[in-house]
Formats: sequence, C-alpha cells, structure tokens
Amino acid sequence: MTSRLDGLAERLRVIAGAEGVITDPAELRTYECDGLTYHRATPGVVVLPESAEQIAEIVRACAAEGVPYIARGSGTGLSGGALPRTDGVLIVTSRMRRILEIDIENQRAVVEPGVINLDVTKATRPHGYYYAPDPSSQQVCSIGGNVAENSGGAHCLKYGFTVNHVLACEVVTPDGDIVEITEGPGYDLLGAFVGSEGTLGIATRITVRLTRLPETVQTLLAAFDSIEHAGGAVSAIIAAGVVPAAVEMMDALSIEAAEAAVRCGYPAGAGAVLIVELDGPAAEVDRQFAQVKELCREAFEIRVAAGDAERALIWRGRKSAFAAVGRISPDYIVQDGVIPRTALPEVLAKIDELSGDSGVRVANVFHAGDGNLHPLVLFDDAVPGAGERAEEVSGKILDLCIEHGGSITGEHGVGVDKAKHMPRMFTEEDLDTMQMLRCAFDPAGLCNPGKVYPTPRLCGEVPGRGTGVHPLVESGKADLF
Amino acid sequence: MTTPLDALAKACDTRPGEPEDGVQGVVPSYVAAPATVAEASEVMRTAAEHGLAIVPRGAGTKLHWGVPPDRCDLVIDTRRLGRVIEHTAGDLVVRAEAGLPLEDLQDVLAGTDQQLALDGLLPGATVGGVLATATAGPRRLLYGSARDLLIGITVIRADGVTAHAGGKVVKNVAGYDLGKLFTGSRGTLGLIAEAAFRLHPLPRARAYVTATAADAGRAHEIVQALLHSSLVPAAIEVDGPGPITVAVLLEGVPEGVTSRAEAARDLIGGEIGADPPRWWGRLPEGDVLAEVHARPTALEPLFADLGTAAAGADGDRLPGKARIRGSAGRGVWHVALPVDGAGEIVSRLRRHGSTVVLNAPETVRLDRWGPLPALPLMRRVKDQFDPGHRLSPGRFAGGI
Repeated sequence: MTSRLDGLAERLRVIAGAEGVITDPAELRTYECDGLTYHRATPGVVVLPESAEQIAEIVRACAAEGVPYIARGSGTGLSGGALPRTDGVLIVTSRMRRILEIDIENQRAVVEPGVINLDVTKATRPHGYYYAPDPSSQQVCSIGGNVAENSGGAHCLKYGFTVNHVLACEVVTPDGDIVEITEGPGYDLLGAFVGSEGTLGIATRITVRLTRLPETVQTLLAAFDSIEHAGGAVSAIIAAGVVPAAVEMMDALSIEAAEAAVRCGYPAGAGAVLIVELDGPAAEVDRQFAQVKELCREAFEIRVAAGDAERALIWRGRKSAFAAVGRISPDYIVQDGVIPRTALPEVLAKIDELSGDSGVRVANVFHAGDGNLHPLVLFDDAVPGAGERAEEVSGKILDLCIEHGGSITGEHGVGVDKAKHMPRMFTEEDLDTMQMLRCAFDPAGLCNPGKVYPTPRLCGEVPGRGTGVHPLVESGKADLF
Repeated sequence: MTTPLDALAKACDTRPGEPEDGVQGVVPSYVAAPATVAEASEVMRTAAEHGLAIVPRGAGTKLHWGVPPDRCDLVIDTRRLGRVIEHTAGDLVVRAEAGLPLEDLQDVLAGTDQQLALDGLLPGATVGGVLATATAGPRRLLYGSARDLLIGITVIRADGVTAHAGGKVVKNVAGYDLGKLFTGSRGTLGLIAEAAFRLHPLPRARAYVTATAADAGRAHEIVQALLHSSLVPAAIEVDGPGPITVAVLLEGVPEGVTSRAEAARDLIGGEIGADPPRWWGRLPEGDVLAEVHARPTALEPLFADLGTAAAGADGDRLPGKARIRGSAGRGVWHVALPVDGAGEIVSRLRRHGSTVVLNAPETVRLDRWGPLPALPLMRRVKDQFDPGHRLSPGRFAGGI
C-alpha cells in the first residue's frame, strides 16, 4: 500500500471506526472481484460505513487525496462494475441494512443501500405487497447495487426495471454532499442516476415503490421439439396482445445442464422449453392463460403448475441454469445481449452457425419476451486456446446483437467488462454526450473510474488539487481491458 | 458577412419571426423548420456559430408554461420532423420523430392494436413536446409516465452535434439514460429530434367506475380501497371540490373488465360506464395551474388547503374556482387556482410535496419551482450541455 493510502486509511478509521476499515492484505482479497470473477484487483483499502454522513466524509477524504473510490453492495454484479482498484478505496455498504420505513398506504418503503432485494419483499408480503424487480441474485443482491445497475429480472417484461420502481434516492455526490434526487421538479437526475453503474455518486437511502401482490399467478411449462417452434409460440403470444409477467426459454443444451444439476424433470427430448407466467386479477389471468395454452399448441407437452410448489419446480431448472452449466463444462462465459424479439429466429440460427463453425458449444437461456439473450459459451480452460476461442464466439454474439439493432447488455451492465464494446453500439459523439453528465457530477473522475466508458472525457476545469498525472488519464489507462 | 438569416436558410426552411411566434411575448428574429435530423443539426450548429438563443417548439400547446425566455433569437419548429421512423409490431416498439403529434402516432399504432400508453393532456401536442414537458395523464398509474415508456432518444446538442442514447429494445442498460434526463428538461439541454418507445397492446375492453365522495376524507377512503385492492386499475383519478368525484379505469379482456368493474363498484359505490367523466384526462382550467407530486395520502390535506384559502380575508369562497384533478393513485395532481391568494395556496401545497407552477399570468409574483435541493447539480448539468446558456434561457428551474 502506498503511503498516500496509508494516510487515508488512518483518516478512514477516524470516520468509520477501526473495525470499519480493512487493510489486511488477506482480508482485502475477499473483495478482489464481484460476480464476474474474471476481472480481479485487490482494493487498496476497504471501508464499511454505517451512515450517509460517514460516506460523505469518506468521499471528501478521497477527493482531497485524489484517490479513486468504488461503491460495492453485495458484489453480485456480472460486469465488473464494482471491480476495486489497487490504488483506491472500496466503500462497502453491507453494514447499511436497515429498512427505515414501510408505508403501505402510499405503497413505498425507504431502505438503506445494503438491504437485500428479497428482504424488501419479505418485509412487505404480510401487508399484501412486494418489491417487483427480481434479479436472479435477489436472495443476496443489495438494493444499492440494483440502483447502480438498474437491475431487471425475469418479471421485468411486465413490471419494468429498478428505475421504474425507485421514487427517490438520497445520494452522496462526488463533492461529498448529501443530496436527495427525484424524478422532478427540475431535471430527472434520478432517472439518469439509476443505472449509472456507480459512476455518479453513491446511493445512501432509497425510496422504492411497492407493488400489490397479484390476485393470482398461473405458470406453465411447454416443451417443444425445436427452438423454432418455441419461438413461434412466443411471437403468437405477443401478437395476441398478452403481456405475460415472464416468458423464459431454454434450449436443449441448457436443459441438459439443468437436468444434471437439479433434476428439474423437464419433459425428455425437448429441443426447447418455454416457461410462461401470467399474473394479475383472476378474471383476466384465467382467460388469457387459456389463450396462451392454445397458442402453445405446437408443444408436445404442457405442464401447468397446480400451486406454488409446482411453480417453484418449473422455475427451478431455469433459475439454476447458469450455475448448472458447470455440470457439463468446466468453464463458461455468461453473455448478456439484447435483440429485437422478432430477430430471435435469425439470431439463434446464426449463433448455431457460429457454434458449429468454431466448435465452441453454446447453451441458450433467455428472457424470450423481451429479446434478452443469455448465451452460455462453454470451454475448458485447460485446453490451450479454448478460452480465447470462447471469448471470440462470445464477442461475435454481441456483434450479432448490435447488427440486429439490439444492445450489448440488457441487465448485467457495462462495467469494466464491456466498456470496450461501447463504441460498437454508440458513436464517439454519443459517448461524449453521455459523459457530459459524468463531468457535471464528477469532474475529477474519482467515482468508480474506468467503468462504462472506454475513454474518459476530459471535463475542462477540474476543481480540487492535482496530483501530477490527471486522475482521469491515470485511471482511464489503468483499468481498461 | 453572412447574416444569420442567410446562414440559417442554407440549413433549412427559415423565415423571419412574426409576433405570433412570440414565446410569451418574446418575438424571435427567425423561425427555422428543419425537415430532417441532419437539417436540425445544421440549424443548431449555425445558431451556435451566430450565438443565437433558441426555443424549440412543437405544436406550441405548452409554450405558455413557465416564464418568458431571457432571450429568443430563433424558434426551431419541429413539426416537419413528423414521421414514424419504424414500427415493428412484433417487437412492441416504435421510433418516431419529435414533431409528430401524439394523436397521429396513436392512430398509426392502433392499426396494429397497439398503443403508446401515454395520455396526451393537450390536444395536438407533439411527441417532442410531451417529452420536453414530461406530461402524462391518468394512466400513469399503471404504465408510468413518458420517462418510463421512453427507451431511446436522439438529441441535437447546443453545438449541433447529434447524439443518441438508449436504443430500440426495451431491455437495455448500456450507457447513461439521457432520455430520462431530457424528459422534462423543457428545451434547456438540447433539441429532442427522435424518440423510441415501448408499446402496449390496446386493451380489448375498458370500463370506468365513477363515484361521488361526500368530502375529501371519503375520497381518500375510496382511493385507498382501490389502491390496495387486487383489481389493478389503469387509473384512479379525482376531480373536485364541489363535489369530489373519484373515477377508476379498468382495462383488459371483456370478461375480466366486466367482473372487475362490478367488484370496483361493490367496493366504492358509484356507477359503471363505458365512457370516462367529462373532465377525464384534461387539465383543470384556472388562471394559475400547478402540478403537485405528493404521497397519495396527501389527498385530504390538499383539498383542505383550498378550503383554508377560501375562507380568506374578504370572505370569498374559492371552491368553484380552485380545482384539484389528477392521479390520486400515483400522487400527481394538477391544481387550478384563481390569481387571488394563489401564492399562499402554493406555499401550503408545498408542505405536502413538490409543487411547480406550470402556468400563471406574468403579473402574478410566484415562486414557480419551490425548493430544489439538487439545484447546484442541475446547474452543472446545464453548464455541460449548454455552456453558452442559449437554449430556452431562463425558462427552467432556478433561472436555468
């Protein structure tokens, strides 16, 4: 650790208490990566604050020293958005886990950033409410992290993303001020902040919208002989004007993996399975569910969940899919790309072709309703060159997404992992314009630098002290690729 | 030397400004009407070269909102940017140019049984104008407002550079969401040129249940009963006082809507109808118009605030003139007030939530925006996007 960080660590101990600051190298390594373990960096110092005031002081201390800082919730992110810096401070919100207020009359709750996503639902379900965004890591991921990543989930097809469920945020700005941001009046800074991947400040108190539990939920599993037939059923459901709560698809290879891992017992011999879930008033759902069953007529088997236990069984295979792939391949890359839903058949055929040509196996799991693909690119790192070939196939899948007018990320974020792909989706002018916002919030470029954008924009006048090399230039080079 | 008019005319159709082009009395020297995004970019670049102050204008339905601009040399009329760029029904996504009237867009979408689930509050309003002012109507309860439905945006910066954010897929977290930043920015950050939205299927059936409340307390009870029911209303609106009416909209399949409407009537009383009440989805009329964002439980005190002022010094009763209307479910209300006592009522309303005065006669002295804790950040955003302060100068919060 540099002497600059030594001095800073002392200051942080005054702010957050000795027990709230970690400098022991072995302990620091616990924080060297988030959910994307491919990128690693041992943080210079870790601090675990307990309040917004402490975070504000920490940010001011970092700013005074020109030291970069990164906020981290539960560390479940999948794009390296919370990747620490060896020359920086990692601000971990796991001690800020209080649900401060539950206001059922007004359908909202106020929580600290370290509160676990599912805990909001657990606390409000007795009142007939839940927190709608349900990323697959919801048992462990934090609301603060959800805000940073604008997390979605299987049910965002109908209910939207974190940004649609956050009413206000108290944030610590890169100036070290504590400011409440909202949708209005004035500029919708809240809308710009949610999903900014921790680069505009740190959320310290979040007001979330609570959603009424639906009167009924109906779930079916339909097994098709081919992915084309499953895709056809999805198109028919959308064309019929049904907005399901979720539509998920898995191909034969991902079913095989799930079967090996959790024995989900999906119909044997399926080329693809579809999970369709409808929720809402019984009078609506019953009618539409019958329609969905009819639209899945190409399926060779349809199972309808008779209750919550059977529903959980249907979902078990899907929810285990990412981890399950470990059963059929020693290593794999989880890709996250989006295409317009109508391009699904064409893109899947091309992925198949890519896989055939390269000999790299690709298992497909996706949120079929909104065209969010999660191809799992399989490889064995013990085989020389296999990792590179898998990486290449994974990159080409993103190319396909961009060619078809889609996105390089639907929910995992850009982070450090996909910053290099941003210029393929956006022009230099687009990226420059986005970073004007960054310059407004964080002209010194110390707040989670090196994430999202491949090349930092110079912000003109930078307030505060300089430490030789411009921190933006320094940071921009240090963290890339 | 080339005059600004010559230079602008090279970029696109430009004419000298007329008195009727005035933005609250500030008459522009020029009115430019670009027909393409490239022309719009060229106009903005030319205006930057000549240091011209710009006010973008769609159909002009809300140009009287806010205060007059400090300067206005050039009005950019977006109505020739009026095309539907792309509508892939199977993707439930549409891209349109900013000058397209929202109603025209809805007509196109209705051809495929789809809709942009956003109510236009003012007839004729364009897509760009709706975005720039962040207006939304009753169905914001279920579908959210413009910012929730917007998935991509093309803007022209103050320096003429064209920039995009978001895209044309619903699920997308790549890069900052500039669309949300521009929504409600009232022409102060750039010119909105194109927008992409997520769509919803048109409901096959609709029903309204309308009940009259004896007082604000009862109106509150009705709203709470609906809000915590599992009927999933698309809208819960109130209008009052004298009397206060609560109306709820249910959308869905015919069989479902029928039984849900009956359940709603059992819950709150009132009548089921196929059509909305006359006032539905329209702004209340009054000299002063304010928009209040507060918790749904603020309903009763908001009405009480009108009453307190009604028993003012001269004994005049304001109810009948003052009016509250809006989404009681979301907690977004429009309040119409007579000029007398408006300032006092607005301060009272601010005890419950944010209150912005959208429209008021110039003679009325009012704090139009109220307290804005994040104003310093907003100023910095403005300085980045429009360092010369040439875009709708002085029209926004804090004199931005």
